[in-house]
Amino acid sequence: MARPSNLEVRERWRARSPLELRIVIAVVAVGVGWAVLAGFGQFGVAAILVGLVFVFLYVPPWDSLRVGEYRIGRWVRPLGLLALALTYPFYFDRMFEIPIFGAFPDIATGVVMLVFIMMAIGLNIVVGYAGLLDLGYVAFYAMGAYTVAWFASVQFANHDVHFWDVGVGPGVPGFHISIWLLLIAAGVLTAVTGVIIGLPTLRLRGDYLAIVTLGFGEILPQIARNGDNLFGTGFNLTNGPNGITPIDAPGFFGVNFLTGSGTFWTSERLFYWTALILVLLTAFCSWRLRDSRLGRAWIAIREDETAAAAMGVPLMRTKTWAYATGAFFGGVAGAFYASFKSATFPGDFFFNISVFILCMVILGGMGNILGVVVGAAFLAYLDREGLANIGDWINRHFNASIDVPKYEFGIFGIILLVVMLFRPEGLIPSSRRAAEFHEGVSDQPLYDQTHN
Amino acid sequence: MATEARREPLIGIRGFRPDALTIVGLVLVLALLAWLAVNLVKTPWDFLEITLIGVTVGAIYALVALGYTLVYGILELINFAHGDVFMLGAMMAATLTVSTFALHDNEAASNWIPVVLLTLVIGMAFCGLLNATIERIAYRPLRGAPRLAPLITAIGMSFILQNVGLAWKGANYVPVPNILPRGNIFKLEDADYQWNKLIVLIVTIPVLVGLVFLVQRTRQGKAMRATAQDSDAAAMMGINVNRTISFTFLIAGALAGAAGLLYALYVTNVRYDQGFQLGLIAFTSAVLGGIGNLPGAVLGALLIGLIQAYNEGLNWHAPGSDWTQSIVFSILILILVFRPEGLLGERTPEGG
Repeated sequence: MARPSNLEVRERWRARSPLELRIVIAVVAVGVGWAVLAGFGQFGVAAILVGLVFVFLYVPPWDSLRVGEYRIGRWVRPLGLLALALTYPFYFDRMFEIPIFGAFPDIATGVVMLVFIMMAIGLNIVVGYAGLLDLGYVAFYAMGAYTVAWFASVQFANHDVHFWDVGVGPGVPGFHISIWLLLIAAGVLTAVTGVIIGLPTLRLRGDYLAIVTLGFGEILPQIARNGDNLFGTGFNLTNGPNGITPIDAPGFFGVNFLTGSGTFWTSERLFYWTALILVLLTAFCSWRLRDSRLGRAWIAIREDETAAAAMGVPLMRTKTWAYATGAFFGGVAGAFYASFKSATFPGDFFFNISVFILCMVILGGMGNILGVVVGAAFLAYLDREGLANIGDWINRHFNASIDVPKYEFGIFGIILLVVMLFRPEGLIPSSRRAAEFHEGVSDQPLYDQTHN
Repeated sequence: MATEARREPLIGIRGFRPDALTIVGLVLVLALLAWLAVNLVKTPWDFLEITLIGVTVGAIYALVALGYTLVYGILELINFAHGDVFMLGAMMAATLTVSTFALHDNEAASNWIPVVLLTLVIGMAFCGLLNATIERIAYRPLRGAPRLAPLITAIGMSFILQNVGLAWKGANYVPVPNILPRGNIFKLEDADYQWNKLIVLIVTIPVLVGLVFLVQRTRQGKAMRATAQDSDAAAMMGINVNRTISFTFLIAGALAGAAGLLYALYVTNVRYDQGFQLGLIAFTSAVLGGIGNLPGAVLGALLIGLIQAYNEGLNWHAPGSDWTQSIVFSILILILVFRPEGLLGERTPEGG
């Protein structure tokens, strides 16, 4: 019998039922995973459990599970993943070591990953939905961080304002407003900044917009760096290169997140769960916005500005909303991160960070929330622990002494390049965005042609 | 009455009828000039010396800015990696002069002149080939993709080159000895002018003249101009568009290589992340002069060089070097928002 051609193999593969396909994929994936773990001497109870959970969530046809009228089945997978994320603090230290990557990330890394997931979802609204390249997203992150730093620290020591703060002594000078209020305030303030930056610049074509946002992304941190003696007036706005520290932690019911309460509600777990809730809120808003009238207008602009304008989409207002919404989430994330780190420094807000977040969006898949979440989690993990672990592994096994984290941004550059060249729609694309990259769009900007 | 007012505006000289934005812009420019005038009167000799520094720095910026403008003119792409090509050129120059030819402080003229000329040729060839290779790898496969795609690969390429520099020379400044002579050419009161500044100009001007000759007088230059104007029509006229674009990148890279050598010799230190910063300043110069416009890039670079020098050097109410970046980027933003075609550019139907 003749060997079947590639095409025939592919046809036969497609002819199988989805359930059969998933069983084959799951068996292969779990089998390979276990074999690799066994090869690295890490096979154990944890590995078996992970394999079983994966099979349980992936293989059964959950989507078609109905109870009466309700298709409750489609909630099984998201809720399963959510449960895994919520209980992560209880099992992360009992896991196996991932080959080469090392141990599972700890809770503090988890918090940072969640913060960056939030920022990436925010940037995705600007880049992924509306198709506006923003290279200064770090400016919004800085705005949020400094808002919290001003109103929840001893920075302005000649004031003494306390409002719903938890765990700050009554006599401590400076503003001490509740972090929960400040998260919202930071978001709003950042969104207003976004509108102020956006109004004059959003009519520029894509690459000019990119460079203008880059400019703002460089100016704001410089103001932060030189803000300890603003324009020679002696007014200390940002405390210069030393940054503002310490910043109050959030808290509720008298429990300050910095100290925690008992052995269950530890500081890290409280921050982790709060961050998880913030991410869920962000993802929910982003998901609902995408399908809203506004979201559809964003996508229309991204695909063809001229056609969108002809259909009555107000270009400036729609773009400004995209900018403001993205800025809002960036501000909230920055504010939360500053409160978690209890510090903010001008050095945290380099151009690198803008590209770092952009890289998350592009790697995961522009326009797709799940993709962006996966991309952000992976890159933030690499930044915090992964690269160091990989470097250790390489140096141990090849008897080398390469400082892998030093070349972090070169690695991110390679990721940007490789993804754009070979899979511009990202690892987990939205089908619509993938079609745009492969079939092309009309991205001639409208404003430059009609302006003046 | 209203039509009367429109015909004869409050301020307006024969066809020049400014709107509110233009007036604000003019007021800003006048304030800047007034500030310069006060400084000129208070410390005239410092002012002269600082102006000469500004021209020298501006000449280096001009070489880099021309690279941006050439590439933008032909591909409408902001080549973010260009500044890093310049940085690698400066590192190449540092390596050749210091390690290969072992030059020291205060070399004799018979030693440094041939070495610097040789380094100039090698550095230009190296950066030109590097830039053309980048175009081949990172930009050519993306012709016809959405505009953002090559922009993103350009950023990726920039980070990769920065890390090449980091891996090559480490995270610290690479020192370059004072190879160029630093003796005074003339000294007027407090203002003096050294040889190393003049040498920067002596190298820059022939390179610029050569570029103008290449673009205006040669067949290849004609092909470049045609491709920049309309690549489809150029292809129909038998121009090999891909080769022309490669050639443009080669020329742009060669200019960056020349700038790298001058920077290494004049500033006497290089670090892996300096290319990106200087690249942004040079890009601002190109935009200020009118992107795609060759004389505009030189004019913009000289202006930016002067602004930077005045800001960092003048005594009376100068913001100082802490704010240089903010000032340069503010200029960039203002130009893009109010006059995207730049000082010398003309608004075309295709956009700024």
